[in-house]
Amino acid sequence: MDFRGTEVEEAVAATARTFAAGRAAPAAAEADRTGRFPEELVRELGALGLLSVNGPAEHGGSEAGAVAYARAVMEIARADCSLAVTMAVTNMVGETIARFGTVEQKARCIPRLASGEWLAGSFGLSEPQAGSDPNSMTTRADRRGDRFVLNGSKQWITSGDRAGVIIVWARTDVGAGNKGITAFLVEGGTPGLLVGRHEEKMGLRSSSTVGLTFEDCEIPATAVLGQVGHGLRVALAALDGGRIGIAAQATGTIQAALEASARYAQDRKAFGEPIATFQAVSFALADMRTAHDAARLLTLRAASLKQEGRPFGREAAMAKLFASEAAQVAVSRAVQIHGGYGYVDEFPVERLFRDARVQTIYEGTSEIQRLVIARSILSGD
Amino acid sequence: MNVQLTEEQRQVRDLCRQFADSELRPNARKWDHEHSFPADAVKKLAEMGLLGVAIPAELGGAGMDNVSYAVAMEEISRGCAGTGVIMSVNNSLYCDPVMKFGTEEQKREFLVPFARGERLGAFALTEPMSGSDAAEMRTLAVKKGNEYVLNGTKNFITNGPQADVVIVFAMTDRSKGHRGISAFLVPTSMKGFTRGRADEKVGIRASGSCTLFFEDVVLPERFRLGGEGEGFKVAMQTLDGGRIGIAGQALGIAQAAYEEAVAYAKERKAFGQPITQFQAIQFMLADMATEIDAARLLVWRAAWMKDQGVRHSAESAMAKLYASEMCERVTSKAIQVHGGYGYVKEYDVERHWRDSRITEIYEGTSEIQRLVIAASVLKG
Repeated sequence: MDFRGTEVEEAVAATARTFAAGRAAPAAAEADRTGRFPEELVRELGALGLLSVNGPAEHGGSEAGAVAYARAVMEIARADCSLAVTMAVTNMVGETIARFGTVEQKARCIPRLASGEWLAGSFGLSEPQAGSDPNSMTTRADRRGDRFVLNGSKQWITSGDRAGVIIVWARTDVGAGNKGITAFLVEGGTPGLLVGRHEEKMGLRSSSTVGLTFEDCEIPATAVLGQVGHGLRVALAALDGGRIGIAAQATGTIQAALEASARYAQDRKAFGEPIATFQAVSFALADMRTAHDAARLLTLRAASLKQEGRPFGREAAMAKLFASEAAQVAVSRAVQIHGGYGYVDEFPVERLFRDARVQTIYEGTSEIQRLVIARSILSGD
Repeated sequence: MNVQLTEEQRQVRDLCRQFADSELRPNARKWDHEHSFPADAVKKLAEMGLLGVAIPAELGGAGMDNVSYAVAMEEISRGCAGTGVIMSVNNSLYCDPVMKFGTEEQKREFLVPFARGERLGAFALTEPMSGSDAAEMRTLAVKKGNEYVLNGTKNFITNGPQADVVIVFAMTDRSKGHRGISAFLVPTSMKGFTRGRADEKVGIRASGSCTLFFEDVVLPERFRLGGEGEGFKVAMQTLDGGRIGIAGQALGIAQAAYEEAVAYAKERKAFGQPITQFQAIQFMLADMATEIDAARLLVWRAAWMKDQGVRHSAESAMAKLYASEMCERVTSKAIQVHGGYGYVKEYDVERHWRDSRITEIYEGTSEIQRLVIAASVLKG
């Protein structure tokens, strides 16, 4: 048992913290207002090794481990949740390719994702009518000789318009149920890949979210990621890891809410004293700190199990569920502590309040996390 | 970061779990019902080294670390929460401060037999009109030559009915507020010491507590624990460790309730299927498991920090606050899963729910934990 970070983990966290404080935090409010995708910051993340924290070194990844990755996401999210999700998705696309890809696929994609040459990687799993239940997807990939032809629509695709590569899930065998789904690597700009309109989101406004449509989009058979018919396995592995990223993002959000609130509570006076001297306020800070630490420990536990090659699906689900739900409480209380100032954009907490809301939804809703956990309990794990 | 138990810690867990399953769980309902002290079980705890877990072997203890202690507290409390608190008081509130603040001579007389479990200790800080605010205490120790004369009343003293020695906090200089408090080792055989009747409690009924009266108890100077005026420091540092024990206790109570809820849900049918088929039940179980894991990590972290010798006041407070409040939620949900059966004594979950309630109160209320944590947040 050891609750300390390793030297590498501390170094990665310090790098992320410095960048977050110096570069991301000062730009976050403006990025939220304009909704502009932060190209320059993304390339800087690449230069710092933060776009492939856990990716293989032989392909340009930092190979610092899953714990270091979670620590990095926490630091970036503390400054800007939008940037954190952009970063997290690219990291996970790289990891998924590293795990399931061929040598050629890895050599082509990972260095470009890691360096920021490609501004992003994307996951194309959700559809307009298939979210928590990927088995009901209708996007098809029909085999034609040594090629596949994709047809269908994907929804809520983070960085979908910026991605150098998108992992797209499609049905290769309509009659085979969940064994008929296959994952593909589709590069940005492939003919037949059409980018739909930008979603106007309430939060995460400088991360890009689009719909994608595939119209007779032809890709080579070598674009299959993993094996034909094994797509769901790829998706579930990506989601298990992805949940650690979102748990880390939520943990960083709680910390940001706590820090902003502690600062405000010491500055703001009421009835002749700083409001931090009132227990109604200071106890809220204590609860936020406790929730933060619990969320952080659950997240890092899941990451460390992943890093050791042990099963971590249940623990990742617990981390994601706990951290994202705790973030909702924390950001709401942060707004409350700020009073009217919490409701306007002069202070960062209204942005945190909006940014946090999606954390209980994406990468598996809280309901899906509870299903995952309950299944594990009832199967006697 | 690595949150795996070491081989030794796993052995402690398995041993305690076995003992709890064979000796505590089968009797816990009876002890609860009769409000009776589990003397035989406490004797066995002593034989297993569990009354001085983190005390070095040469001083009568088991010589293990504080993570092992937290793990042992969870497992014993999973079997019987009352037995858990008997153990935690002797370990955290009695042996710990004697170990830390006692002279060599005091350790020989007042630590070794207690760490071995041959004798039982208690800790008397609370008074009828002074709980969270220790500086308000009325108990006085007036120095006369080489002796102190102790007068006052302490209440809610766990292990009070059985204790051989009690650590008593008293004012030696009232003008100095909390800096005027000193700690004393008071054998209960001393003249002028009497006990009130045992408290009738909602839960943890296998453990006894009572009021203690001190009337002109004459204490030699060598019974003072720590320096004069150091009593508040002794109390606060002791409670930092004690909170880890109570957090472990809360964890064990919650774990028992959770396991029983899972087992019951698998057997019970409604609308033609086991109730585990319903999301309403599944999701309660998922939330219970998640909160228990969160609490366990907070507890282990605090214990680990104590083992590293670093300051852990805020971390112990977070562990205690979260674990105890989690415990009340989880035990309440366990009753809900059991339906009407959860409300009757045919099952154990009603006891777990009653047992849980005190964990939010003793060794620092949730409110005191929040004060400690908030102070740490605002200090930055």
